[in-house]
Amino acid sequence: MTYRREAPSAACLVWLAAGAIGFLFVPWYSLHDSVFALAWVPRFTTKEAAPALWQTLLHGRSWLLPIGLVLAAGVWPAFVMKERRARAKALTAIGATGFVYCLLQGFAIGPPGWYFESLAANLPALPGQFGLGLGAVLVLTCFAMLFSIGLAGLGYFKGDPFVAASVVAVTTLVGVFTFFPVVRILISALQDAGGAFSLTAIPERLFAEKIWGLGCIAGSTRCGVAWNTLVLAFLCAAGCTGLGLAFALIATRTGFRYKGALRVLTILPIITPPFVIGLGLILIFGRSGLVNQMLEAVFGWQLGRWIYGLQGVLVAQVFAFTPIAFLVLIGVVEGVSPSMEEAAQTLRADKWRVFADISLPLMRPGLANAFLISFIESIADFGNPILLGGNFGVLSTEIFFSVVGAQLDQGRAATLGVLLLAIAFGAFFLQRAVLGRKVYTSLAGKGDSGLPTPLPDGVRRLCYGIAAPWALLTFVIYVMALAGGFVETWGRDYTPTLRHYVKAFGVEWSNHGLLWTGAAWSSFWTTVKLSAIAAPATAALGILTAYLLTRHRFAGQQAFEFGTMLSFAIPGTVIGVAYILAYNVPPIEITGTAIILIVCNVFRNMPVGVRAGIAAMSQIDRSLDEAATVLRARGFTTLRTVLLPLLKPAIVAALVYSFVRAVTTLSAVIFLVSAEYEWATTYIINRVVNGDYGVAIAYSSVLIVLMLAVIWAIQRLVGTRRLGRRAVGVAPGSIGELGGSAA
Amino acid sequence: MKAATIEFRDVTKRYGDVVAVNSVSFDIGAGTLVTLLGPSGCGKTTILRMLAGLELPSSGTIRIGGEDVTTRPAAERDVSMVFQSYALFPHMSVLENVRYGLVVSGKSKAASDEQARGALTMVGLKGLDARLPSELSGGQQQRVAVARALVLEPSVLLFDEPLSNLDARLRRQMREEIRDLQQRLNLTVVYVTHDQAEAMAVSDRIIVMNKAVIAQEGAPRELYEEPRNSFVAGFMGDANRVRGIITRRDATLAEVQLGPITLSLPHGGAADGECEVAIRPEAIELRRDGSAPITATVRKASYLGQLMEYTLDTSIGPLFVISTAVDRPLAVGAAVGVALANHGVVVIPGGQ
Repeated sequence: MTYRREAPSAACLVWLAAGAIGFLFVPWYSLHDSVFALAWVPRFTTKEAAPALWQTLLHGRSWLLPIGLVLAAGVWPAFVMKERRARAKALTAIGATGFVYCLLQGFAIGPPGWYFESLAANLPALPGQFGLGLGAVLVLTCFAMLFSIGLAGLGYFKGDPFVAASVVAVTTLVGVFTFFPVVRILISALQDAGGAFSLTAIPERLFAEKIWGLGCIAGSTRCGVAWNTLVLAFLCAAGCTGLGLAFALIATRTGFRYKGALRVLTILPIITPPFVIGLGLILIFGRSGLVNQMLEAVFGWQLGRWIYGLQGVLVAQVFAFTPIAFLVLIGVVEGVSPSMEEAAQTLRADKWRVFADISLPLMRPGLANAFLISFIESIADFGNPILLGGNFGVLSTEIFFSVVGAQLDQGRAATLGVLLLAIAFGAFFLQRAVLGRKVYTSLAGKGDSGLPTPLPDGVRRLCYGIAAPWALLTFVIYVMALAGGFVETWGRDYTPTLRHYVKAFGVEWSNHGLLWTGAAWSSFWTTVKLSAIAAPATAALGILTAYLLTRHRFAGQQAFEFGTMLSFAIPGTVIGVAYILAYNVPPIEITGTAIILIVCNVFRNMPVGVRAGIAAMSQIDRSLDEAATVLRARGFTTLRTVLLPLLKPAIVAALVYSFVRAVTTLSAVIFLVSAEYEWATTYIINRVVNGDYGVAIAYSSVLIVLMLAVIWAIQRLVGTRRLGRRAVGVAPGSIGELGGSAA
Repeated sequence: MKAATIEFRDVTKRYGDVVAVNSVSFDIGAGTLVTLLGPSGCGKTTILRMLAGLELPSSGTIRIGGEDVTTRPAAERDVSMVFQSYALFPHMSVLENVRYGLVVSGKSKAASDEQARGALTMVGLKGLDARLPSELSGGQQQRVAVARALVLEPSVLLFDEPLSNLDARLRRQMREEIRDLQQRLNLTVVYVTHDQAEAMAVSDRIIVMNKAVIAQEGAPRELYEEPRNSFVAGFMGDANRVRGIITRRDATLAEVQLGPITLSLPHGGAADGECEVAIRPEAIELRRDGSAPITATVRKASYLGQLMEYTLDTSIGPLFVISTAVDRPLAVGAAVGVALANHGVVVIPGGQ
């Protein structure tokens, strides 16, 4: 038998051709309009739109020429060299050289010429350049792929070019869109207002009275925002964990009949824009809220703005994040093996002893996990503090005001961002450590034949006592948030009206056809369109990364995994500031474009896709891939023909989830929106800030209903599919289990 | 099909500090069925996976059909494998499963289908083309897995504990079918199992593995009757191991003293002095008439239907005995005489 050997020349040819096209025919720099609109074609030779080759010939940008030379050099190993190893070495070297040179020139030379004074002083003046465009992206991709093919040829990644290219691609993307912004914000924190590095600015900013002051204890002044953030997060996490546990125990350890309703609770935080709870609270307890008005009418009490401040934000956050704690804890409670409880019972322990001695201790790591996740959610939350905080500032809102407010102090924003990042990372690492330690619960997925022990009566009553009023209040808040859109002016005039909906979503027929007259349409379509673009990218990147992590072993894998999960721990406001700092200036100049909104959503939601992919893939027996391999299928064929079909439910779940999360996100995009590209959530928050509650509520309701419809439709469309013994399905209904929130 | 030879030369596989396979060498002739036998963790499955190309050796050379394939990836080897879990693709029909290897090798759909149907007929599954694997019984799934491996006409066919998911009756039937198929098609087959009876039933030769090295290699009868060390003696069926003393020896035979009796046994190269002797349970004869040289007391007795199992306390140590005299059981505490048969008693030369 002759063995089929795929010559890597074909792949080399494709990528070299892409690189050549990028260098010769496509604008090297980013354009003001979309490159795909082709408006640049007539301006092919101008200094803005010319491809790299013409830039060097006509516009004096001679530093681009070496890129073309390195590209041309790639032809030699790709098509002429025969010896495998030498060829692979040459490809690796050429790919790496080209890639690094491209980046170096981009970071060294900006619009004014040399970026760094030391270079400008010693080297000839240059014409300057703009942000990288499609041509540059093609060339960079070409270099990265040549590098990967070379690596595979040298025997890395078991010689599979597809795996090598995937690892290189994911690493590069995460590097550019997660690491680079984080590094950029760290650098900014070190710079003073003039841009010069100053180590003294750091402690000065970091330990300012406004951040760490403890004046509130003495009662004289306000406390620092860092203390505010931490106190709020601790209280919120404690509340969420307690409530989540109560709900989880009711769902699994009692004869509670309406468990389906509890499941609905788990989807709510995903489909709800992060400020809806706050909005609902304002409608009930705000200055002109129902409760306030009633108390005033009956007892003549003037409560005023009592909901604004720590208490208001805390209540809103506990409402918002309890479902997430519940999600974590329901898995934990279900994971406690009934046979252990039965064993304890046979050893003469009564129900209470079983609960106290066995069940609760076994749940301890899960409780710690739920606490830390709620903690992270709380410090990252932006929507509720900005609505209900009043004078009570937390880090995320403070960062926002440093950038957009009258202060306009990016250095301060960066410093606060670094501080928030440090707290978030601390909690994140603590959480990983808790999870990494002993896991008590059985994760084998094996059926345990025992029956869960019912709760002791006291505990049961306590659970119901806590959970029932809370569930009722959640329900009321949502009803209020929905009803608020149908009255004239909440608190003053409760006449039913559709005015707000018409104002936001009006459509008219005219001579020119349908006219979208509503004020909200522009932001609505932008949000839906860009989220629909981001969702497949998120899912693809997540599933690909999960595939690399679960099915392959390579050097640096742990660092790779850490990198891909990193953005999960970065609060949205920090990402927002970091993106502004990183992408405002060339070489990557995408602020104010649709790209930055898409990219931001893709990389913020990617960890969820990765986790979903890992969970789904670990349910598919590895012997299936091995069988495919032994049957002559290579890495990509195996992924395409065996894994992807089996992962379909997980892919759909990841798609829906990333779409919904993108639509409802607020904290990061609020920094990134522009007049041209406004997001639904930022539009709503602006209406709220202007006191226009009617439209805000109407818009929120539309979003919630739309998200519900999307989830429902997908669930109906795909359904649950089970394949024989191996239950590979991750039902779309379980997207709630992917956790996280839209903070 | 062209059966190929297999050659392992000093093959070692390390996972970090753990040595899974330690400098193993063996040869497998074309058209033979060779079993890798051993307890779990002995390295037998690692050898199979290195043969398939699913793992690459840390050092050493693997040749298939004389060609060095040591570093060749799995997809480029002329080897097929039947997995313990069968690894049938659950989203593909029986036919799609069987033709998968042909299709990804670039064969046309029509030709692949025809060949796949042929393979299914060969394993006796005609007409089940459109079923999903989940709609088949365990035995049928096993056959699909075999057909899927066979259809590529590999020069080496690998089986990784193929019968461990079947019940006892089906297991016997399937192992006969596998043996039959192998002989009919003259295949080189490497078969991994931890079941000694299964290995003896199907194999031309058996390689017994223990702790990452080969404990002994040979035909089934050779391993049972002439174990080279106490591990093989214990693993290939039950064996009572007792201490004996070699008093005299010539080229092949030695006089071995076992308590009050002296036996003439092949010494297999064992040194003079104290030695280890393995006594098969069926080689022990129980006598009630007082004529036996060794006296014993019954410590345990179990009734198993077609035979009795006894544990005896004797002057040469505790002995485990199988007796077919089910109709005349001995009570616990009864005194009985023990004599040894001519076969089933061997000197173990290698010690541990």
